[in-house]
Amino acid sequence: MHPSDWLQFALFLGLLTLITKPLGLYLIQVLDANGRTWLDPFIKPFERITYKLLGIDPQHEQNWKQYTFAILAFSLVGVVFTYTILRLQHILPLNPQGLPALSPHLAFNTAVSFTTNTNWQSYGGEATMSYFSQMVGLTFHNFASAATGIAIAAALVRGISRTNFQVRSHSTTSDSKPTNLEVRFTATVGNFWVDLTRTTYYLLLPLCAVFAIFLVSQGMIQNFDASTTATTLEGSEQVIAQGPMASQVAIKMLGTNGGGFFNANAAHPFENPTPLSNFVQMLSIFAIGSGLTYYLGRMVKNQAHGWAVWAAMMVLFVSATLVCAHFEAAGNPIHQQLGITAADGNMEGKEVRFGIFNSSLFATITTAASCGAVNSMHDSFTAIGGLVPLFMMELGEVVIGGVGAGLYGMLVFVILAVFIAGLMVGRTPEYLGKKIQAREVKLAMLTLLILTLTILGFTAWASVSAWGLAGLNNAGPHGFSEILYAFSSATANNGSAFAGLTANPASGDPHYNITLGLAMLIGRFLMIIPIMALAGSLAAKQTSPPSSGTFPVNGATFTFLLIGIVLLIGALNFLPALALGPIVEHFLTTQGKLL
Amino acid sequence: MNPFITSIRATLVLAAITCGAYPLIVTGIAQSVFKTQASGSLLTDRDGKIVGSTLLGQNFTANHYFHPRPSAAGNGYDAASSSGSNLGPTSQKLHDAISERIAAYRTTNSLDPHTPVPADAVTASGSGLDPHISVKNAELQSARVAKARNLTARQVQELISASTTQPDLGILGDPGVNVLTLNLALNNVKRVFQLVPPSTQNP
Repeated sequence: MHPSDWLQFALFLGLLTLITKPLGLYLIQVLDANGRTWLDPFIKPFERITYKLLGIDPQHEQNWKQYTFAILAFSLVGVVFTYTILRLQHILPLNPQGLPALSPHLAFNTAVSFTTNTNWQSYGGEATMSYFSQMVGLTFHNFASAATGIAIAAALVRGISRTNFQVRSHSTTSDSKPTNLEVRFTATVGNFWVDLTRTTYYLLLPLCAVFAIFLVSQGMIQNFDASTTATTLEGSEQVIAQGPMASQVAIKMLGTNGGGFFNANAAHPFENPTPLSNFVQMLSIFAIGSGLTYYLGRMVKNQAHGWAVWAAMMVLFVSATLVCAHFEAAGNPIHQQLGITAADGNMEGKEVRFGIFNSSLFATITTAASCGAVNSMHDSFTAIGGLVPLFMMELGEVVIGGVGAGLYGMLVFVILAVFIAGLMVGRTPEYLGKKIQAREVKLAMLTLLILTLTILGFTAWASVSAWGLAGLNNAGPHGFSEILYAFSSATANNGSAFAGLTANPASGDPHYNITLGLAMLIGRFLMIIPIMALAGSLAAKQTSPPSSGTFPVNGATFTFLLIGIVLLIGALNFLPALALGPIVEHFLTTQGKLL
Repeated sequence: MNPFITSIRATLVLAAITCGAYPLIVTGIAQSVFKTQASGSLLTDRDGKIVGSTLLGQNFTANHYFHPRPSAAGNGYDAASSSGSNLGPTSQKLHDAISERIAAYRTTNSLDPHTPVPADAVTASGSGLDPHISVKNAELQSARVAKARNLTARQVQELISASTTQPDLGILGDPGVNVLTLNLALNNVKRVFQLVPPSTQNP
């Protein structure tokens, strides 16, 4: 790494640290039905009208089952909504290129992909999607799935932080009677509709509006024009795709969605015009997830715990970035032998304006979070450079992670860490005063087993099937990596790809579209249900004061225990599969073997 | 209330705001404040004909132009079909392509057969539309272009510098030479030379 790379990395980490607290404090207001923000004068009226239109009472709280059912119903309606738009694309407006409707299985895959915050793209944006499909069918989920993820994280944190008996003050608004104090049993975790609305209105929309305008200032397009035809200096024709891109890209990054407006995603010069736009895009992927760790600390009244979780994420993130950047800068010995300048590193699939370091950094960020936008083609990374993004997804995307999803994923590991620490000292494990018992540990393990089984199961099936092998762009171990990457990305709801894999073949074979769609559904909803059950189960527990035997969930010991658990589980689950793909490939490259 | 009914209502209300009001407001502001950027940073020649976009690379093969990186977008620099090659490190296909490109690059630019070739000159970018080449790559091509255009090495070097994008804020990203603006600048130099007869030129 050059000195300037270290400087950029330091700048990134410094700014991320600086925005964590202010964003966390803002999130506390946003995720409180009665919270106050400086945007209240502008947004409160819309919020009130929204509750009226939805027919809900914002003060009414739901238990975990009601909350989960609301999420599932909302997601199902969302899938149908987008599926319908994509199937009717040819008769809907804003289609200046006259693009046809999507096939049923591609529409299914895409609708599921965006509803689950995955944004895996089986299609090439500019050649498949009309402006209406992009702007309504897809952007809707960029907001909705991000807000849903944040809502779930908030519900889980409420479950952890609330005590069994809650004192609520009830004032009868019309008269001036003294307020009645009501003590009641409560195992509620919030109101999904309120969380959804407030997150969208107070957090995502204002940030996106500012961000989108900034992106346009850097050169990102935002228009409804049909494609422009240019005559190049050498006299040939160049058709330049256009569209309302900036408004979609802002939420694509901030909401860790990652679905590109164009096929090449953030590598496309329109979709990421300058190193500055690249830097701010990278920061925006991590912004909310980082702020949520501060929110956690504040809500459980143990700020050091919030920072300890954040520190564990950062240690994993910095290490992963350095490994990826090292191997990309070292380059490919096979190509260097042909006569490429060795100091240039591996430039296949990378843009000159970002260079090696910003490409490696982006790749690590986008897979540490569940974003999946790419500014370089991971498929063309060196073997170990490509292993890093793959492994980041297989850890469960808990290194900052998707908005909300990263925090609730990491809290599963926190519960396991506390459980294992409890076993070591021979005491009933406690997490912030709540006893961790068989039910909680079972639910935590369930989410991890679902992730592993889905990734490895589908990968194994595709690896031995004709339909699985037909989609490959590379042979040998790299071909296997393409399959493993696809199912890791889908199950972890990431959406990036070893993009050589053709999931939507011209032959119309629907296997990939359907299996990847199922992997995304499992990875999202079979994860959400146990996590919401965990929230409900914790919410119903009494808090006991800490004793001398309580394992502290802050400080360096806890941070390193947590890192150890994350790495141990990730490695145990996925090292054998990684050995068949990138690790074997690494040795092939060093020996100059070609396939 | 039935959560499905609430869901349908929530979908419609949120869609109206996030997919209607939001992109329209952003478009309105973008088109009025940053009209050029929002429309694709298009470049026109003197007759007002669109020749491309500052941000997008395009194909150049003639000797008197600087050449861009290899492109995997469509048949090369197809700005309606962005893509990388997605070939991995052990790919025979990629190995062969790079090997051919290295030979061609050395021949085109009359380089010694052992000169190391800049990586960007023989690898495809992620988008297939990379507008830049590395400074080293431009320098290795400059002798060929200068010769084809009857310019001095110094003149070409100055134009390269003028089309070089420096890191943002002094540290972000890598420097790169914008091939399209560089070639446009070269064309403009030529015109000045044609318009002004040699006898009236200042010494």
